[in-house]
Amino acid sequence: MSRRLPRKDVAVIGLGWTGSILSYELARTGLDVVAIERGPWRDTATDFNIGTAPDELRYAVRQELFLRPQQETQTTRNTLSQTALPIRKYGSYLPGNGVGGGGLHWNGQTWRFLPDDFRIRSHTIERYGAAFLPPDNTIQDWPIGYDELEPYYDKFEYLLGISGRAGNIGGRIQPGGNSFEGPRSREYPTPPMTQGYAQTLFTKAATDKGLHPFPRPSANLSTAYTNSYGCRLGPCTYCGFCEWFGCANYSKSTPQTCVLPVLVREKSFEARTECEVTRVNLAKDGKTATGVTYVDAQGQEWEQPADLVLICAYALFNVRMLLISGIGEPYDPATNEGVVGRNYAYQTGSGSTAYFEDALFNPFAGAGSLGVVVDDYNSDNFDHAKLGFVGGASIISATSNGRPINYHPTPPGTPAWGSAWKKAVAETYQRVTTVSAMGSVMSYRGNYLDLDPTYKDPLGRPLMRITFDYQENERKMANFMAERCDEIARAMGAKQTSINRLAGPWNVTRYQTTHNTGGAIMGNDAKTSVLNRYLQSWDVPNVFVQGASAFPQNAGYNPTGTVGALTYWSLDAIKAYLKSPGPLVRA
Amino acid sequence: MRHTTRRQLLSTTALLALTGPVGARGVSEALPRAPSAAFPPGRVTPGPYVFFLPEEAAAVDAIVARLIPADSMGPGALEAGCTVFIDRQLAGPYGGHDGLYMEGPFSSDPLPSQGIQSPLTPRRQYRDGLAALGTYCRANFGGRDFAGLNPAEQDKLLSGMEKGEVALPGFDSRMLFQAVHANTMEGFFADPIYGGNRDMIGWQLVGFPGARYDYRDVIANPDQPYKLPPIGLLGRPGWDRAEVP
Repeated sequence: MSRRLPRKDVAVIGLGWTGSILSYELARTGLDVVAIERGPWRDTATDFNIGTAPDELRYAVRQELFLRPQQETQTTRNTLSQTALPIRKYGSYLPGNGVGGGGLHWNGQTWRFLPDDFRIRSHTIERYGAAFLPPDNTIQDWPIGYDELEPYYDKFEYLLGISGRAGNIGGRIQPGGNSFEGPRSREYPTPPMTQGYAQTLFTKAATDKGLHPFPRPSANLSTAYTNSYGCRLGPCTYCGFCEWFGCANYSKSTPQTCVLPVLVREKSFEARTECEVTRVNLAKDGKTATGVTYVDAQGQEWEQPADLVLICAYALFNVRMLLISGIGEPYDPATNEGVVGRNYAYQTGSGSTAYFEDALFNPFAGAGSLGVVVDDYNSDNFDHAKLGFVGGASIISATSNGRPINYHPTPPGTPAWGSAWKKAVAETYQRVTTVSAMGSVMSYRGNYLDLDPTYKDPLGRPLMRITFDYQENERKMANFMAERCDEIARAMGAKQTSINRLAGPWNVTRYQTTHNTGGAIMGNDAKTSVLNRYLQSWDVPNVFVQGASAFPQNAGYNPTGTVGALTYWSLDAIKAYLKSPGPLVRA
Repeated sequence: MRHTTRRQLLSTTALLALTGPVGARGVSEALPRAPSAAFPPGRVTPGPYVFFLPEEAAAVDAIVARLIPADSMGPGALEAGCTVFIDRQLAGPYGGHDGLYMEGPFSSDPLPSQGIQSPLTPRRQYRDGLAALGTYCRANFGGRDFAGLNPAEQDKLLSGMEKGEVALPGFDSRMLFQAVHANTMEGFFADPIYGGNRDMIGWQLVGFPGARYDYRDVIANPDQPYKLPPIGLLGRPGWDRAEVP
């Protein structure tokens, strides 16, 4: 039996990047905001103490900061004809849990998508013809362009204090930055990180090949920084315990370092942690949300009425919340009709591992975003005509860590144990680096999300089912990139390389990337999107859905920069909505 | 500390104090911060086994000693305390697959891409797997247990288990091999606080400096050897022996 609480102006589901920014911006206008978060409160001083934070077993192997599959997981299959089974232990991706969400354990690579990415369908047809698009694709232009989003990218980067070097300020190409990027209004808030030895070799090799290397934009800050909310961050120490860990130095931009210190001082804001929202409640007309229902840690169910509901969980959980709440028509791949669950996409990973005769890479000295990148093969920065695929990848030399449980490389052909293994591990640890490609994934009719018919969570709600595999287009692209990576690795002076191709079906066991996108996409047509261009539900106008679930397909970059920009873009629209509630775009 | 914080916070909001959810943590107008609170793992020390039976511990000792042997490169997994590490891990939440999704039905023919689909927890894998290994050894090696085989026999058997070619009675030999192999690597390279990696043997083998947390000097001096000894969450052995800090 659920108990009813006093009404709030705004109910926020999930307190990560998007939830904390929107909570703060709306609470500071005087609105009563409650953020409901199913995980625990987490804070630097208490949870990421410097004496306990650098613990590989606890955080990277036993996955302490992540969502427990027991609480919620997904079932997966590669094709429609297979039976989906639950991910019993998260592997391919690791969803966050608790205050800060994925914004707490992330690496901090903070990108802007390229102007072409936002109109990839139109652009591809204009340059290569409609027949060039892959079979069964559902690729869509974004309902927003780079120029519209630029001020919001800027806002998010100045919130985080991103360390980088601009490549294009107001149309003027800048030396040392990414010459392919869209024009930005000003330089990055802080200078780039100091690069490591591997990055120095990569920069020289790439430059010699006529490519255009630049430092990766990083939320591990190069210097102390006071952000746009007055929160202060410290410089990164290259400790090598970044991704999957909390930062004890206050040098990784997270909701904890950038937003929460000011958010919790807002009198009209309240967070309820360890409370799981089970559904968004709708009025009888099905067109108005009346609030949310949640279950607390004791199992008591509560109804929280609210005028506005902001769904701010991780992309996968946003989609499930819509499906369970009955907001929007579920997608049916058989008819290609319906919208919720449509255009689910992911990210490709491929590259080359480079073994050197004589080098001291000191891999333990690294950071989540430390790296040098070339974008010469990303998006449509290169001629695809003879290559037969759409999309591209950022090619990266990165050094994030040398934590030895997960990182003890050996050359191909080395046994997995015994004296020969031991000798190889000892000789190889210092002499290996990688060149890797993080690639785009287009959207297809057969890659989608829906509710599983068999498996349920502890509250009896169906798990979400992921039907996904890499298609021929992505395999071609990723394997083309692996060859490019290998060329650079050889030019860096490696005595031996091994190419990592995208082979076999998508697999849930090996960590790949927590960049799940789509399923609740934004668009200009209510028949092919869940949200309008302001991230407002077409069906229930007092529901806005944030996050990468809005991406029509995924680009060759990490998603968080674009997620943050969309949040600020949507915030302006939410403020307009509050003045005059109703649909912001006519369906 | 946390409980007090919650009570204080709840009382700051009149509405919540009257009608608010009792099982939630309410956070409003202040960080729910307990200064310097941290909950590090308990320090594991050698001593009686918590999970392993004596014959199981003997078998695990023998297996880890072959997976990472003591040789000219230095001490191996046995000397690093990997058996103690594995024992304590099995006795804790890891051993029961706590937190994993363990609801049925369990498929009998999952796709390789679908990952773990067995209902067997790590505790079950060790208990049943080691018993099956013991039975297999006694039947095929003249009544000897695994620990009683010579190193060449042990290596041959392990190699067969690694490939799944050894048919243990009622247990997948590959599953047992993979469990011990993964846990041995964890024990050899994890922070010594967990009972393995004794004297930072594993870290010294590869040159990992541990929990130093500040390598700005390394970044500033590329391609140079790192000279400071490794350090763990509890410091390092030299500190206890009053050597140079």
